[in-house]
Amino acid sequence: MKQKSDVVIVGGGVNGCSLAYNLAKHDIDVIVVEKKYLSSGATGTCGAGIRQQWSTMENAQLAFKSVKIFEKLSKELGEDIEFRQGGYLIVVHDKKDMKQAEKNLEMQRSLGIKVDILNSKQINDVVSILDVKGMNAIGATFCPTDGHANPFKTTFAYANAARRYGAEIYTHTTVLDIKLNKNKIIDVKTDKGIIKTNTVVNAAGVWSKEVSSMVGIKLPNKPFRKEIMVTERMKPSFEAMVISFKDGIYFSQQQEGQIVGGIPIPEEKGGFKTLPTFSFIQHMSRTLTRYAPVLKHVNMLRHWTGFYDVTPDSRPILGESTKINGFIECNGFSGHGFMLSPMVSKILCDYIAEGKISEILQDLSLERFKDKKIEHEMNVVG
Amino acid sequence: MKKNKAIVCRCEDITEEDVINAIDEGYVDLEELRKKLRIGMGPCQGRVCIQLVTKILEGETGKKVPKKSQPTSRPPIVPVSLGTLASDGK
Ligand SMILES: Cc1cc2nc3c(=O)[nH]c(=O)nc-3n(C[C@H](O)[C@H](O)[C@H](O)COP(=O)(O)OP(=O)(O)OC[C@H]3O[C@@H](n4cnc5c(N)ncnc54)[C@H](O)[C@@H]3O)c2cc1C
Ligand code: FES
Repeated sequence: MKQKSDVVIVGGGVNGCSLAYNLAKHDIDVIVVEKKYLSSGATGTCGAGIRQQWSTMENAQLAFKSVKIFEKLSKELGEDIEFRQGGYLIVVHDKKDMKQAEKNLEMQRSLGIKVDILNSKQINDVVSILDVKGMNAIGATFCPTDGHANPFKTTFAYANAARRYGAEIYTHTTVLDIKLNKNKIIDVKTDKGIIKTNTVVNAAGVWSKEVSSMVGIKLPNKPFRKEIMVTERMKPSFEAMVISFKDGIYFSQQQEGQIVGGIPIPEEKGGFKTLPTFSFIQHMSRTLTRYAPVLKHVNMLRHWTGFYDVTPDSRPILGESTKINGFIECNGFSGHGFMLSPMVSKILCDYIAEGKISEILQDLSLERFKDKKIEHEMNVVG
Repeated sequence: MKKNKAIVCRCEDITEEDVINAIDEGYVDLEELRKKLRIGMGPCQGRVCIQLVTKILEGETGKKVPKKSQPTSRPPIVPVSLGTLASDGK
């Protein structure tokens, strides 16, 4: 194990690995420390949907710019990350939904995102298996450049490219403590040795709260348990991800033909239980077959649990702490950290490598929670 | 071990050669290997292939794979149709 590095990143999920890649490419000495294996956190359990249709400007902007990067990423990293743009179809159920959708659309379009409103008849032109009546739809919004990628392959591809640029990645290694001298970082203690550094990035996903507490910073993040399922493969029949904020459901068909989707269960509370529930299976299969009755005959293969790392406004926490020099947050992704990772890592790299502060970085700093008037992201599913 | 085209994971159509190539690329962690190749993610949830892949991995790396790093089976253990799962038994 190396004993010294410019930057130590805690967490080998998609965000830790993409940041390591960007930094290493900028000739910065970087180490990633991952307590299990790469993608073992939320990244490995996620739906990996990529959507630009958000209600807050920061999320929409980050996602829009990330999509531009995703479009060229397989080529850039030299490995296929299975990025596919089948679009996201967001079901609109009533007039109130439609009002919010129209407002979002205006903002999204102002950023350059291509989004359209579909009437109830046009829904089946995009996804033919949907039962428009059954899902109580009066319309939908559709963005054809939304899509998804393979979360494992994306993480591995970032990690492999980072290593080629000289980054070191230590798996099965846990960060135990971070030593300070007043408000400066001295070193990082792991179960395999000590690494001297002045800069630490906290990309520990749902465990970020623990890592921040090592330097005395309190994060408002809370873990929320989420279940997700996959069916057997069937012949390709639709390309879009279908979601509804009202029912909380999301589902799409992956390249190999299986359907992946999730829904919250009514009695869910926060916390760290990992056992999948029967309530989820029932709720998911009922809602999914109401949306797409032809799926009745398709078998569910597996379902599993993952955790959202949720902040009070459902927007990530990014940037350097105002208390501890060199301690950088990269967490709180609240269920949408995969799709934002290309741009998030670029912004943080610009900051670490060149000291560049962007407006987004200021808006998403931990400091915003001191101000009571935070703007909440409305477009959350799952 | 000689590379060959014998199928290791029937559900996902992965050969011994695929597994060994991935190990050579550096995927020496059973979980990473599984996620790279989708081994064990088919309808049988790896009951057919995980033991075999573990053996190949141990053979190639000369290291034992700890029991606790074997992937967990996820419910429903056998595939069940969404229609059946959605019915309330009435
Ligand atoms: C069911 C589900 C569905 C989702 N669907 C989507 C989706 O469709 N689109 C989308 O964009 N996002 C989705 N998400 C959210 C997305 O998965 C996460 O936001 C994203 O993967 C976060 O990546 P990360 O790298 O920041 O964190 P993680 O992937 O959680 O990685 C953090 C890593 O830090 C490691 N770690 C923690 N503590 C330590 C320590 N002390 N020392 C060393 N290592 C440590 C962990 O082992 C872990 O590997 C979903 C999440 C879930 C649970
Ligand atoms: S044989 Fe590998 S998952 Fe079934």
